[in-house]
Amino acid sequence: MKFKTENIIKSGFGVLAFSSLLFLFGITVILFKEGLPIFKYVKLFELIGGKLWYPTYDPPDFGILPLILGTFWVTIGAMLIAVPLGIGSALYLHEIAGYRERAILKPVIELLAGIPSIVYGFFGMVILAPFLQRLLNIPIGLCLFTASFILGIMAVPTVSSLAEDALDYVPKSFREASFALGANRWQTLVKVVIPAAGSGISTAIILGVSRIVGETMTVLMVAGGAAVIPKSLFEPVRPMTATIAAEMGEAVVGSAHYHDLFGIGLILFLITLIFNMIAEMIGRRYRLKLGHGR
Amino acid sequence: MHNNIRMRAENVDFYYSEKKTLHQITLPIYKNKVTSIIGPSGCGKSTFIRLLNRMNDLIPNTRLEGRIFLDDQNIYEPDVDVVNIRRKVGMVFQKPNPFPKSIYDNLSYGLKINGANDKHFIEDRVITSLQEAALWDEVKDRLSENALKLSGGQQQRLCIARCLSVQPEVILFDEPCASLDPISTRCIEELIEKLKENYTIVIVTHNMQQAARVSDYTAFFYIGKLIEFDITEKIFTVPKDKRTEEYVTGKFG
Repeated sequence: MKFKTENIIKSGFGVLAFSSLLFLFGITVILFKEGLPIFKYVKLFELIGGKLWYPTYDPPDFGILPLILGTFWVTIGAMLIAVPLGIGSALYLHEIAGYRERAILKPVIELLAGIPSIVYGFFGMVILAPFLQRLLNIPIGLCLFTASFILGIMAVPTVSSLAEDALDYVPKSFREASFALGANRWQTLVKVVIPAAGSGISTAIILGVSRIVGETMTVLMVAGGAAVIPKSLFEPVRPMTATIAAEMGEAVVGSAHYHDLFGIGLILFLITLIFNMIAEMIGRRYRLKLGHGR
Repeated sequence: MHNNIRMRAENVDFYYSEKKTLHQITLPIYKNKVTSIIGPSGCGKSTFIRLLNRMNDLIPNTRLEGRIFLDDQNIYEPDVDVVNIRRKVGMVFQKPNPFPKSIYDNLSYGLKINGANDKHFIEDRVITSLQEAALWDEVKDRLSENALKLSGGQQQRLCIARCLSVQPEVILFDEPCASLDPISTRCIEELIEKLKENYTIVIVTHNMQQAARVSDYTAFFYIGKLIEFDITEKIFTVPKDKRTEEYVTGKFG
């Protein structure tokens, strides 16, 4: 009797554990099933390389290059903000901050991650965009720069806390060995600690990128939404995620437009999948390198 | 100062925040001799040895009173360059701690941070240090391999070689064999025996037989106090203090 109960519990938890595998599988299948039919309408090159996005015109244009570039430039811009801020604050927290500073700063940085993305979007829309518009005297403040700035701030906690974990993971004994040889703090940081934490820090950056690429609500609100290839920082863009969010409700199920949006989703899925896999691989190598994996 | 004394602690008190962990330690370290520090866990022996090259500076909220001399210089004077002290007084730690770099880079690191940039000089020092640490024959064909691939005993000898690379004058060993097997331990002990020709050595050890085997002088610490200091033979055969006698005969530990 007892034996039976144990088995039921075991398999019960097994089902729960494997359910996420099922969801992943289901989502992947749907993405491919609904995304691939777009190639009945356009060729791969026309899809990815096409510069015009007029999915509801007659005849429609399904070029998603402006959307890909929108995502690309927003991501680059956001990383230019998130990487220095995130890694800088991780280094400060880890190397310089005293106990009390750390006790205040760390939770505050992590609190940034807890703010819903719609609030970030709201902030960008109501505060930053009008400010920028007045400051630079441009027609609209919702643009590549605004989106990059807001997304960059959003990714800071991800980069910062993962980079700090990586620094923390470097054994204290490495530092001691370095100091005992007559190295100063700067030499120890640059030549011993950062190289030892290097792959952990790159993982932090990659996961930050993957967070930015996938972010939807904020870019929908602040990027401006024009599906054209941007020529300057202050032109509106329409990243891939925002496009899907804005148009999926209107696309006729089974139409070319519908399949095209799924195609975009598929590409996004593959991008983040690749980033996560790279991060995982680097992380594993890193643990081996520090001798934890053996 | 006496000619044969290389380092000297004078009335040293040490505090972790408000907790006093060392009381009035006065102890000479003789030149080209091995001085061992023994005592039960928590007696302050590791804390003391780490004061000799100011490693405890890295621990926040600690404070030292008293003076520690290297030759005629009090190393705790405010205007002393810590880097310079640590270069003269090297340290080997309890757990082997090679950097996650190649064997060669582990050894060249100390030279480079101290300003060496002549390739031949560095190469020369790397080889000499490895030979001095009795590791050269085992690694000469694999200098570019990651140091973490070496066995525990080899890693510890690499750490000794790394310490020797910057040509220190005093070497501090903080329980260097605590994580090693008996064969590696013997190897390190023989090495210490040889090294004292050129270096002044201080070794903290848990292992009384080890102290008896390798050292010329022995200091017995108990609850933050120096109970007795003498020639090793005397400490182990005719100790003056009852607590020393009880410890070396294994009545407590």
